[in-house]
Amino acid sequence: MTFLRRYVFSLDHKVIGKQYLGLALLAVCTGMVLSWLMRLHLGWPNAAVPGLGTVSPNGAPGGVMTPEYYLSLMTMHGTIMVFFVLTTAPFAGFGNFLLPIQVGAEDMAFPRFNMMSFWVTFLAFVVLVSAFFVHDGPPISGWTAYAPLSAVGKDAGPGQGTGQILWAVSIALFCVGQLLGALNFIATTLDLRTKGMSLARLPYATWAWFITSVIGLIAFSVLLPACILLILDQVAGTSFFVPAGLVISDRLQPHAGGSPLLWQHLFWFFGHPEVYIAILPGFGIVSHILPAVARKPLLGPRVFIACLVAIGFLSYMVWGHHMFLSGMNPFSATLFSVPTLIITIPATVATLLWIGTLYGSKLRFSTAALFCLGFISVFVSGGLSGFFLAQPAVDVYLHGTYFVVGHFHFVMGVAAMFGIFAGTYFWFPKMFGRMMNETLGKWHFVGTFIGVYCVFMPMHYLGLEGDVRRYSAFTDEYMKGSLPLHRFITVAALFTGACQLLFLYNLVHSRFRGPLAPANPWEATSLEWSTASPPPHDNFGGQPPTVYHGPNEYGVAGRSGDYIMQASSEADPAA
Amino acid sequence: MHTRYLWPLALAAVASSAARAPAHPAAAAGTIAGRVTFTGTPPKMRAIDMAKEPSCAAQHQTPVMTETVVTGPDNAVANVVVYISAGDATSATPTEAVRYDQKGCEYIPHVAVMQVGQPLEIYNNDQTSHNIHPLALVNPEWNKSQPPGTPPIHTSYATSEFIPVKCNVHPWMHGYFVVLTTPHYAVTGNDGGFTLAGLAPGKYTVTAWHEKFGEQSQEVTVAATGRVTVSFVFKALPY
Amino acid sequence: MGKLFAVIVVVIAAVSATIFILHVWWPPPDISVHGAGIDRELGQTMVATGVLFVAAQLALAWFVWQGSSRREGRPIKQFPGGATPLVVFAVVLVGIEILSLTFVGSKVWANIYIAPPDSGALHIDVQAEQFAYYFRHAGVDARFGGLHPDLIDDGSGNFFGLDPANDTTARDDIVASSLVIPVNQPILLTLHAKDVGHSFYVPDLRIQQDFVPGLVIPLHFTATHTGKYEIVCTQLCGLGHHTMRAFLEVMTRDQYDQWLKAQAP
Repeated sequence: MTFLRRYVFSLDHKVIGKQYLGLALLAVCTGMVLSWLMRLHLGWPNAAVPGLGTVSPNGAPGGVMTPEYYLSLMTMHGTIMVFFVLTTAPFAGFGNFLLPIQVGAEDMAFPRFNMMSFWVTFLAFVVLVSAFFVHDGPPISGWTAYAPLSAVGKDAGPGQGTGQILWAVSIALFCVGQLLGALNFIATTLDLRTKGMSLARLPYATWAWFITSVIGLIAFSVLLPACILLILDQVAGTSFFVPAGLVISDRLQPHAGGSPLLWQHLFWFFGHPEVYIAILPGFGIVSHILPAVARKPLLGPRVFIACLVAIGFLSYMVWGHHMFLSGMNPFSATLFSVPTLIITIPATVATLLWIGTLYGSKLRFSTAALFCLGFISVFVSGGLSGFFLAQPAVDVYLHGTYFVVGHFHFVMGVAAMFGIFAGTYFWFPKMFGRMMNETLGKWHFVGTFIGVYCVFMPMHYLGLEGDVRRYSAFTDEYMKGSLPLHRFITVAALFTGACQLLFLYNLVHSRFRGPLAPANPWEATSLEWSTASPPPHDNFGGQPPTVYHGPNEYGVAGRSGDYIMQASSEADPAA
Repeated sequence: MHTRYLWPLALAAVASSAARAPAHPAAAAGTIAGRVTFTGTPPKMRAIDMAKEPSCAAQHQTPVMTETVVTGPDNAVANVVVYISAGDATSATPTEAVRYDQKGCEYIPHVAVMQVGQPLEIYNNDQTSHNIHPLALVNPEWNKSQPPGTPPIHTSYATSEFIPVKCNVHPWMHGYFVVLTTPHYAVTGNDGGFTLAGLAPGKYTVTAWHEKFGEQSQEVTVAATGRVTVSFVFKALPY
Repeated sequence: MGKLFAVIVVVIAAVSATIFILHVWWPPPDISVHGAGIDRELGQTMVATGVLFVAAQLALAWFVWQGSSRREGRPIKQFPGGATPLVVFAVVLVGIEILSLTFVGSKVWANIYIAPPDSGALHIDVQAEQFAYYFRHAGVDARFGGLHPDLIDDGSGNFFGLDPANDTTARDDIVASSLVIPVNQPILLTLHAKDVGHSFYVPDLRIQQDFVPGLVIPLHFTATHTGKYEIVCTQLCGLGHHTMRAFLEVMTRDQYDQWLKAQAP
């Protein structure tokens, strides 16, 4: 096999999974640097950032960021993080590597689709990043790209012409990649399970990826046409999202008949399920790792699966809670708030099941374990702040403030990231055949855990004061008082960012110099631990395993210790 | 002995005096002068409330008025650009920059006239960020943010055009860049008067342009020296 | 390591909760008629989530602390009752909270956004544009002039696109850059946007509403305290979004009448 066939256009799901993880790593480093620039500007709006004036002479003359430069950084930060990190790493990355192995298959159902889905996603990333290099820069409309700002072209602002079109093309390509991936996950889970692997015996991570792909299939199918319509409004003179009579930059716009609210409905119909696509794999990963590090079964496994299904189902009914104040019929707000509040029940149950699992446990504090425990803590914080925003009457005050920014960063930027970290520390030995350094990992965890609370908890306080989000600077009397807290957040953000260097170093160093990993370093039960580290090309060396147990056999007297592997033919002592 | 060097010196003298001679064979000493006035009732200017930008509002003891129609004593019209629109010879591009200031959230001057290719320097003297947006249709259209304390914008225009200028951040800020090919132009002040000097004898078309009242042109013949008086009268409506 | 984690979690929970309880950063005093309902809901939600937050973090810390014990031969223990009590707790307690907050909250919401405005409300027309608000009073004829986007000329102060040359009802319309209203007077705003989406947010008034291009959206409230407050834009509208603000000036009836007279064009 040529080098290209083996490592670049590989059909092997394990290579493709690593490619996705590599793309997500590149994306998260980019997104994080953007956030540092944003935070520097918010803390010190008139300061010149050394070197920035050379990199961006138009956007940051003399190193001082212009307002549109800040907004373009913010737009790209959000877009890159939500799509290319939080949808890519936990779902496409880990899911691709592990799902076929966990169900006992040789590969995904459609390896060619799989390869195409990665390269389409990679192309989407290249198209998005190219917006940095066009004359007017990236768009400034946020990752939500509300119309008409995003639909009328460059009259509305710098970056709203070519930059916005590139953004829409990139997201449309991303949707295509995700749809191909989702089809693969669903088909593989339903059709390629090995002998004895009933749906009831599927690992929780597999369940999470399966439900995530069902959600994704529907959600991305709506975002794709929405992006196409947006592109048509920009380049083909259509008016899906733009009404008549708008005067922008002293020009009467030629559009007529469109509805800005239509974009919002289409976007959030995708956008709300999207945040569950970002977090459910984390739910699965935590539920997968927690029993192994607690040495006891996950509490209420069937209830947990039911929670995943309920969340997936309800996620389609709540999108209007992003639009309470949007100008849609106010009665709809009451309607949408009901399922939004109800969805807190399965989320609460899942959290309580994790905490209940820890009761009476014998915890092994690997770094993966620490990130799972941290996940529970930050998910509680982020989930509870959502409770405020779910009520329209309270949202009247908190909408558009930093309270929302704190909320979604806790659940997405922190909890979902902790799921990714936990998965990395847990499955790195399986993927690369080497162990990561646990000391560095623990320092990484402690610094990050304290750091993220210092960054995102204060945002709730700012929101309570009425501090408005998406402002490039707080220069007037109204919000000048919040500047000290913003500076505190900036310092905490830079500190937390610095801690990630420990992780990056650990990844690279362990990849080449880490101690060799055994097949099952964590004494875990699922099928990926029944095969070598890393697994052979067809995953099981020509001998597909037979499954005798579910994934939850921890704390039982087994042949190899206090657990029984799924592929082990020994009888369950309780039976 | 000196006479041997005399004729190269004489040749140099003749050559240098030929180089110093103006483009026209005759001296350019003619002047076109006059006043621009209005008849009728001009629209009332409105006070600009800069409350949303306190650092600018603080700079004005009395509110600034809109400048669409600025009138003076005896029905004078200010901010009229009077220029030679036909009959003028080509001239060199001036190197001295035209200065445009953003101060107190106003454009100063309201109408800035420059020649094709002449350097234009745009300064932000305020505590706030401005984003200057000249709405050119023939020349390239651009807009640029200037945070406070950043260096001036250096630019120029390659084609003659009347370009409205707005600030993308402060909706009340409006002005004009007037890009001309001729070096003979004037902008009327509060007295409505203008003087176009240094004109060689010949036939010219003089045009007066006002952002609201439009354009008027007159044909004028200028003698070798002396002054031709031209007046422009615009019809003003209250709305 | 487990004990360290537990301690960190407890410290974080305690510090965060204390800052909330002490109201170090808190909404400004409410100056509206309807705001009391919002403040009550906010407060109740804060208490409920605060209790859950502290309880969950403490439970996590406690179980992790226990789970870190290295005592030899310690057996693992199942959560008493298994998953059932947790499910029951979540459904019952969280469910009750949800239902009560929904029913009470929906009344607060309906009062602001579904109930019609007072019949004696003072009608002010509001236009949002990149990057300022303009407010229009109907003038002595109590009629608003028609709007013509093609006549908009910001440089001469015709922000709304009025046509006073041909439309006599437009001639006395008063256009101001600040929202000046009398205290204790029901106000009806009609919101429209000139270019892109914007929003109208006055934290002190406990009111917020997006502007949608193509729609005219009504919003009503009554201010109960005089003073000068800030209106800010909370819907990303372009590069000047962070500068887009206007002032709400709530005056006594006499002061307002004087102000209105002084504005007459």
